[in-house]
Amino acid sequence: MILHTVNKSPYSSQCLSDCLNRVSAGDKVILIEDGVYGATIATDALPSLHSFIQRLLASQVGFYTLRPDAEARGLEAISEQSAFKLLSDHEFVDLVVEANKVLNWY
Amino acid sequence: MGHQLICDLRLLTSMKFTIVILGAPYTDEAAESAFRFTQAALEKNHQIYRLFFYHDGVHNASSLITLPQDEIQPAQRWANLIAQYDLEAIVCIASSLRRGLLNETEAKRFSKPASNLTPGFKLAGLGDLVDAAQQSDRLITFGPTS
Repeated sequence: MILHTVNKSPYSSQCLSDCLNRVSAGDKVILIEDGVYGATIATDALPSLHSFIQRLLASQVGFYTLRPDAEARGLEAISEQSAFKLLSDHEFVDLVVEANKVLNWY
Repeated sequence: MGHQLICDLRLLTSMKFTIVILGAPYTDEAAESAFRFTQAALEKNHQIYRLFFYHDGVHNASSLITLPQDEIQPAQRWANLIAQYDLEAIVCIASSLRRGLLNETEAKRFSKPASNLTPGFKLAGLGDLVDAAQQSDRLITFGPTS
């Protein structure tokens, strides 16, 4: 399993879509810093990325947001309702340990 | 069941991490994220094999950054963590010289009026990043915001 980190908003950067194009079944993606805006992706906002994420969810790709960064931007509620699971800094460390490799998209 | 067991055992093992920081304080969030990650890893009893400050990340080691007293002092905060856990913090020498970050030796060598590398940080070359990539269990990079 490869863990991918994304630190930029999908509204201002190609970072997330570049990452998703490289993700394999079973990989995990964690949104950090401005990347957490990715949790607001919905059918009416960035519809193609939204359906891409839905397809990846079906092939067992895990999606996460870093809680302190989501909270700093008032996005913890929207993240909870979305496919992105909130993780603490300590849980982020666990995810890095669990992964065989880490790829950082920035 | 078997897979779950392997995952759980991994979480109990202490791992060697290298953290690469590519962002300057204030312009980028990289150092803030890296600091929190490093602290969390140490609290979970992992080892930090090396901190590597590269590109604009070298600015985090400047002792000349001057802030109001009630604000977080980036270099000092790193220096405290480095001292507390006896960490190795390498600042890329090529990135540093280009950005005006010098230790005493380099300031003398190039006849500059001052040096500004915070004690606790060391200037070294990219070989230390290659070595870290080989020796660490995990390498994680915190990239710039812009």
